[in-house]
Amino acid sequence: MFADTFYEAGKREKRLAVVVADISPAGSIQKFREDFPDRFVNTGVSEQIMIGMCAGMALRGLQPFAYTIATFTLFRPFEFVRDDLCYQNLPVTVVGIGGGVTYSTLGGTHHAMEDVAVAGAIPNLSIIAPCDPAETKAATLWCADQTRGPIYLRLGKAGEPDLTEMATPWIFGKLRYLKQGEDLCIFSYGPIMKLALQVATACEEKGSSVSVISVHTLKPLDREGIANALSRHKRAVVIEECVPHGGLAGQVKEIACDERMDCPIHAFTLRDEFIHCYGSHADLLAAHGLDLHTILTRLQG
Amino acid sequence: MITTLEQRFDVAAGRRRCLRYRQRILEISQQVTALHVAPAFSCLEMVDLIYHGLMRNPGNRSHAGTPDSFLMSKGHGCLSQYVILEELGVLANSDLQRYCTPIGQLGAHPDFGVPGIEASTGSLGHGMGIATGMAYADRIKGDDRAVFVVLSDGELQEGSTWEAIMMAANLNLHNLIAFVDLNDFGGLARMSEGHPAFYPVLDKIQAFGWEAIEVNGHDAGAMYEGYCRRSRTQPFMIVGKTVKGKGVSFMEHVPIWHYRSPNKEEYAKALGELGEVSS
Ligand SMILES: Cc1ncc(C[n+]2csc(CCOP(=O)(O)OP(=O)(O)O)c2C)c(N)n1
Repeated sequence: MFADTFYEAGKREKRLAVVVADISPAGSIQKFREDFPDRFVNTGVSEQIMIGMCAGMALRGLQPFAYTIATFTLFRPFEFVRDDLCYQNLPVTVVGIGGGVTYSTLGGTHHAMEDVAVAGAIPNLSIIAPCDPAETKAATLWCADQTRGPIYLRLGKAGEPDLTEMATPWIFGKLRYLKQGEDLCIFSYGPIMKLALQVATACEEKGSSVSVISVHTLKPLDREGIANALSRHKRAVVIEECVPHGGLAGQVKEIACDERMDCPIHAFTLRDEFIHCYGSHADLLAAHGLDLHTILTRLQG
Repeated sequence: MITTLEQRFDVAAGRRRCLRYRQRILEISQQVTALHVAPAFSCLEMVDLIYHGLMRNPGNRSHAGTPDSFLMSKGHGCLSQYVILEELGVLANSDLQRYCTPIGQLGAHPDFGVPGIEASTGSLGHGMGIATGMAYADRIKGDDRAVFVVLSDGELQEGSTWEAIMMAANLNLHNLIAFVDLNDFGGLARMSEGHPAFYPVLDKIQAFGWEAIEVNGHDAGAMYEGYCRRSRTQPFMIVGKTVKGKGVSFMEHVPIWHYRSPNKEEYAKALGELGEVSS
């Protein structure tokens, strides 16, 4: 979805360019490369100059996207992202694929367990984490013509299901209700939204009325929207594929504290531990207690 | 001082082992949807030579003397290492049967703590720095150990690799031996097409203060001879020209085999081709 959307946007907007580091989006990027060879650069396995070149191109008025696996787009060239893009506040989109632990057979060197926390610590850097192809499309289009500054666009992998057909429209910086209820409110973002929806269905079967909210923009965070949701539900749950510190869960609790709200908040996050295990994406999440059974048990207890 | 085993390396035996290893890697490929077959086939002769011809006490199996070290800097090529560790008895057969499953301990990249694995790699461009640190530590501790490291050509696109190459030369770490798997491919395309300034490689390495030779990276005899002739005053590198996917015609030089498992028919065809070579 990212590649198709980028191709369409790039056809219209001649300032769009993509710089990859030996990892390329499948699908229409090949077409983009053929149609606009000057605006496609592969640096090879050189992530630092991938970011550096994006900065230089942005300083010349282009609108570049950097693209590779999340650990290599954000962690490997971290200080280049910080100084070249964020400190200079350039409108470059840093695309990280396989955010969280999507690459479930590739081991710890390929897990971006702390990407949201790390990105969230840098001033000026916005973070968008779409939960399905439709959100990826909306976010990509938004990034393609924004002038605000650097963005970390955190994607999962291709072939994810659509989850947001019934949702309110996607607006940068605003929460999005995938379903509206009254008792329980579930905040989530990214590919783990599938699990959040399963939890919602299970709770509904037990008679609860449940809201599910996509917090696709993690920075700037819609504090007002979160406070509002906390005030209108009896309980809140955060389900996120991120380490416990620096992600969404801590910030939701902080908002509740700042606003003196007493809505209980249950946090389900990755643990503060590396994962030395392999298998499906679901297997890895379950290794840190992020599975339907564990979440329901803890919610009942 | 490094005291190398200067016994002759049995090239024919090495060829027989590599055939078995290729068959075993293909067998494992049938358990999972994707694995790095072509990257492992590309560096197999190098890894085999290091374990069976160059390392003293590989896998730390005897208690007589400290073992030499092996780092798979191109971590995604680790199946080549796993099958050798299996044969050496360092890894169990069941470890490979459980490759990439929740009940196993082996994933698609080497993980520190697994028997025979001395560093977690998988992010490219880390191995050379770690190897330089190990070789330096061995020197100041007075340990007679050599450090062998296998790099991909893609890793020579990372600045970090060149930082380490320069530092190892500054330190005259002649106990550091590197092999570059020069197959002209990254994950996407040929280096020679997209990145012509990448070449020549050998001159660059030598200009950075290493002793280096360039030979056919599937020719264990040539690599062995070059290794024995090294002068032992500087870090030493063998730039091995290789074929990504070596041994299976439809995998050779074809980028999709970077990370893909053959289906049933492809598997049978690949095994057939390997068999023909051996007979
Ligand atoms: C720092 C880093 N960037 C990107 C990747 C993703 N990646 C895995 S293998 C590979 C390239 C493969 O080419 P090469 O390194 O030359 O290895 P070989 O051709 O021997 O398989 C890439 C880009 C990575 N593992 N680490």
